[in-house]
Amino acid sequence: MIELTGRGIVGGVVRASALVTAEPISGFGGIDVATGTVIEPRHELFGVCFTGRILVFPGAKGSSGWSSFFQSTRLMGTAPAGMVFDVVTTKAVLGAILTRVPTVVGAEPLPHRTIRTGDTVEVDGTSGRIRVWPAVDGSIG
Amino acid sequence: MRLTEQEKRMRDGDEGDAVAAAMDLLIRYGDALGAERLVETRNVAGTMTQPSPAKAALVAEGGWERAFAVINLDSDRTLDIPPMRVPTCQLQHGFGADAEGLTAYPVQNIRMQDEAESYFTDRGVTVLATCTPYQVGNVPARDEHCAWMESSAVVYANSVLGARTNCEGAASTGAASLTGKIPYWGNHVPENRYATHHVSAEIDVADFREWGMLGYFVGEAVQEARPAVTGRLHAAGDSNLKHFGAATATSGGVEIYHLPGVTPEAPTLEAAFGGRSPVEPIRYGKRERAAVYETLNAQGTSTDVDFVLLGCPHASLEQVAEIAQLLDGRRLSTSAQLWVMLPRALAAESLRAGWTRTIMRAGGHVLTDSCPAMSRAAPPGTRVMATDSAKQAHYLPAILGIEAWFGTTAECVDAALTGRWRGELA
Repeated sequence: MIELTGRGIVGGVVRASALVTAEPISGFGGIDVATGTVIEPRHELFGVCFTGRILVFPGAKGSSGWSSFFQSTRLMGTAPAGMVFDVVTTKAVLGAILTRVPTVVGAEPLPHRTIRTGDTVEVDGTSGRIRVWPAVDGSIG
Repeated sequence: MRLTEQEKRMRDGDEGDAVAAAMDLLIRYGDALGAERLVETRNVAGTMTQPSPAKAALVAEGGWERAFAVINLDSDRTLDIPPMRVPTCQLQHGFGADAEGLTAYPVQNIRMQDEAESYFTDRGVTVLATCTPYQVGNVPARDEHCAWMESSAVVYANSVLGARTNCEGAASTGAASLTGKIPYWGNHVPENRYATHHVSAEIDVADFREWGMLGYFVGEAVQEARPAVTGRLHAAGDSNLKHFGAATATSGGVEIYHLPGVTPEAPTLEAAFGGRSPVEPIRYGKRERAAVYETLNAQGTSTDVDFVLLGCPHASLEQVAEIAQLLDGRRLSTSAQLWVMLPRALAAESLRAGWTRTIMRAGGHVLTDSCPAMSRAAPPGTRVMATDSAKQAHYLPAILGIEAWFGTTAECVDAALTGRWRGELA
């Protein structure tokens, strides 16, 4: 088990499988809220669904519609289970609040380099603590 | 976050449930940002009216009060929405009646938006219905604290006008409209407005296309940072700066830039850096310009253009006049459509000046309120688009699955007249 510590910005505790990207995510034009899927053609997560997973990413990019798009994933039942990101911007922070999932920002060591897709991750958005149980090789998904 | 007595009373419900929900959201938002306090604003630009599937479901459940409560105030309950406390305008929304029949945009969305306009104007919202509120009457003063969304409007307000706003969302602007408050964080704080990067243009940047390409380069180079741009910059008029800023916010996430000697917070390069020594410049030369042109034109293979889009961000009167002049007495190719997007208030002026008639006689359309990216609708059957907007060339191929060409306004009008793309980088 690996432990990371950051600042919790949306409270609550959730444990789920991680979905990790080193690339920032766009809301408007970047995700499909009906399916909870990344749709930006050149994104490394293109076609991948984040619903029910801990989304680990560097930060938000693109339109100020970011927060509304992630809010829509909550309203349509396709939201991630939790969020972990590094760069604090109005877009990403407001988006996390409206998605209403446990969220930690600014954690050390750097989450998207430490956590791998398929790891089991517990995000405590109240204390800012993230616990990671690495996936056994071959069980990524 | 430290709250004033008035803010505590708002939170506690003294001014009604909607204001309490708004204050609750602002407190959660401000705390999460790490803001120490809220700041007063009397200038909010947000979105309330434009249709979306989630909003349509909420309106069906409980009317526009439910949609506003859930989407713009993050409440679970339907709330009575009082009049806006401070001046608030609606940014661009979906297509209006003028686009009916031109696209596959659903007619029920147009009707739904009409209802929304009535609901929100009754509560004091000014429906400017444009991504460029600064072109049609909402011009914040220097140092004025604003709560604006729309990346191209935010970067214009901060950079060209010297007003102060972060890139807000539909919920934070909704909460600001009912409280007159927004977190004092980011671009509201003077120290956060100084330049971090220096870009030097070593070739002439003199017209609309060149300003757009320079902006696209700057955004890519600095991402979310704060550039000061110097060099061989000419004719930095409002249309060029509108295009430049939108491009920086498209390829990167620029919310404020400085042009020493042009923009208000940067009388000199040193002032742009807050008195510190400027950093080593990133060079924008012939090779960099060619690479930007290549990137913006990497999404076109067929030169058979069937759709030309002008006006993103929404066209200025200067741009509409130029388009009308290029079309005067001519006729569009039967295989191409031309749309000019602009704010409704400027459409009235275009009509008066005769430009709309000239554009329509040629077979083009002058459309207001929205754009193909917002409404996700182009003329049915569109395969290849041409545009003079770096932003639309970037977004539309992904959003609509079409090819795109980027060039000068004249090249785009030529494509509409001939049905062929003949643009080039001279």
